[in-house]
Amino acid sequence: MRKILSMAVAIAAGFALAGGAPAQAAEKLKAAWVYVGPVGDFGWSYQHDQGRKAVEKHFGDKVETTFVENVDEGPDAERVIEQLARAGNKLIFTTSFGFMEPTLKVAKRHPNVFFEHATGFKRAKNVSTYNAKFHEGRYVLGQIAAKTSKTGTIGYIASFPIPEVIAGINSLMLGAQSVNPNMKIKIVWVNSWFDPAKEADAAKALIDQGADVISQHTDSPAAMQAAEARDVMAFGQASDMIKFGPDSQLTAIVDDWAPYYIERVQAALDGTWTSTDTWGGMKDGEVVMAPYTNMPDEVKKMAETTQAAITSGALNPFKGPIYKQDGTLMVKEGEVLADKDILSMNWYVKGIDDKVPGQ
Amino acid sequence: MLDAAIIGAVLASVVAAATTLLLASLGELVAERAGTLNLGVEGMMIVGAAVGYVTAYGSGSLLLGTLAAVLAGMALSLVFAVLAIWLATNQVASGLATTILGLGLAGLIGASFVGTQLAGAPQLHIAGLTELPILGKALFGQDAFVYVSFLLLAAVAYTLTRTRIGLVLRAVGENHAAAHALGHPVRGIRTLAVMFGGGCAGLAGAHLSLAYTPFWAADMTAGRGWIALALVVFSAWRPLWLLGGAYLFGAVSILQLHVQGFGLGIPSQFLSALPYLATIIALVVISALKHGRGAPASLGVPFVPDR
Repeated sequence: MRKILSMAVAIAAGFALAGGAPAQAAEKLKAAWVYVGPVGDFGWSYQHDQGRKAVEKHFGDKVETTFVENVDEGPDAERVIEQLARAGNKLIFTTSFGFMEPTLKVAKRHPNVFFEHATGFKRAKNVSTYNAKFHEGRYVLGQIAAKTSKTGTIGYIASFPIPEVIAGINSLMLGAQSVNPNMKIKIVWVNSWFDPAKEADAAKALIDQGADVISQHTDSPAAMQAAEARDVMAFGQASDMIKFGPDSQLTAIVDDWAPYYIERVQAALDGTWTSTDTWGGMKDGEVVMAPYTNMPDEVKKMAETTQAAITSGALNPFKGPIYKQDGTLMVKEGEVLADKDILSMNWYVKGIDDKVPGQ
Repeated sequence: MLDAAIIGAVLASVVAAATTLLLASLGELVAERAGTLNLGVEGMMIVGAAVGYVTAYGSGSLLLGTLAAVLAGMALSLVFAVLAIWLATNQVASGLATTILGLGLAGLIGASFVGTQLAGAPQLHIAGLTELPILGKALFGQDAFVYVSFLLLAAVAYTLTRTRIGLVLRAVGENHAAAHALGHPVRGIRTLAVMFGGGCAGLAGAHLSLAYTPFWAADMTAGRGWIALALVVFSAWRPLWLLGGAYLFGAVSILQLHVQGFGLGIPSQFLSALPYLATIIALVVISALKHGRGAPASLGVPFVPDR
């Protein structure tokens, strides 16, 4: 169903763009974005689209942007990306992990078009990759949770057991343990990135079981809303969700893709674009914390100090010693976990009383 | 680890989760008993959710929003009815088109409301009863949608089996040629049945966007329309079985979250698949026990009167 829809949209977009290309428009740089979800999800795709809008605002007449939303990961994505490349786009951002192979395939056929793939790990001469170190923000969340929780239990709504999500849970737990070594965490997997009703159910289940600070790695504001209704605290995800939890949101990890998008479009305009691998974090302005709210001043101060330390590089959430659940030393004292090990993380740190699903 | 407070909370969540499914599938059951398979439930639901939210947000009235959602679901079902019943197009294709159209329309309608929220539908509170342990919150602490779903279920069950209207509707679904020969307006009755289905789907959408998670987000139905369709088959087209099916689905989907929270180490993927496993098992059991009471005989067959 989705396939038919996105194909039709891609073809329509192709015609529209190919049709309206007079000679003088050639000076404009055409850039396109491919989203896995609806731009109206108020989460992942929404934030990428905010980045696209920032590009339009920043460059004005020099850039013409377009996007295709709700594109299925898989063969369908290849058709959509191919259409966008044929329509004269010179820079194409594909913003979901599953677009990796389709992006590479299309890139091979269009050597003069630049491609940017988010969250992937395969590059080519005209394909860059980019991602953000969201786990840096989660370390701060863990510290705040440990200071705020009265029951000593954090509730975590997780999407899929992939390294990025597991690294997020570990980072949050390490942050919490740095304040209170006895903090407990309850993890519920909803096996979906976006299902508001299910996310709300998960939040309620965690609250019923005694969690009083809710963190999520799913995309809708449903959990925040549920936390507000039940008078417990929560962290927003992807977007600042303060409107959904005026008395509950402690802070939120906000994905800000605008600086990266503007930088890359500038490079394409200047002719200095090269294939790169960017994994930006707090110091690059890609991981932004929403204002610290609903907490005492001393907790706020601690959060700000930690954020500043991570931004300056003085603090790394994955700094040793770090032990696995069974007590194995994974990171030695004075060392930090290598990026490649974070990107393939499939184990929980000591203190998490649960199993990674499927292991 | 299992005290009365948790059991009570779980039961209350199960009732809420089952209500969306019950509302949507009840409407589809009526449409199918009259012989029309409408795969547009997901589309009608999401349009109901969007129109209901936008109306309630604009007017400040949840009741007005709910009414608008029902009307919106009906309006979209009418599009399907014109295609599938009056122009006798393929019902599966028309139904899929309705869902695609609905998802697109809803996204458009709700686009400028992303990131806003409403105060959700209030929950009943009867002093003394709502505080009862275990069943108090589940029975006496729900929003109006829950109680409406029970009233609708009773009305549908009664009408289908105990009234002349129900008899005619079932006749149209079982053998449209015979019903036509007896002088019953087959296409008119089917249109009304489909519109009832659309209204129920719109109401189910409103339950999501006005009570369950009172905000608008594109695709927020997340496949519940398809589960509702499966439930109709699961229930062997019987309203009371439908009630059981909807609550079974609701129960499994809530319980699996709690089981995870207790950290029992059962893989969450398995738990997420449980409701569907239950459907497959139920389908096998139903087909094994068949008392000649399967699908309505004319289900999915377009009716073209020869004179």
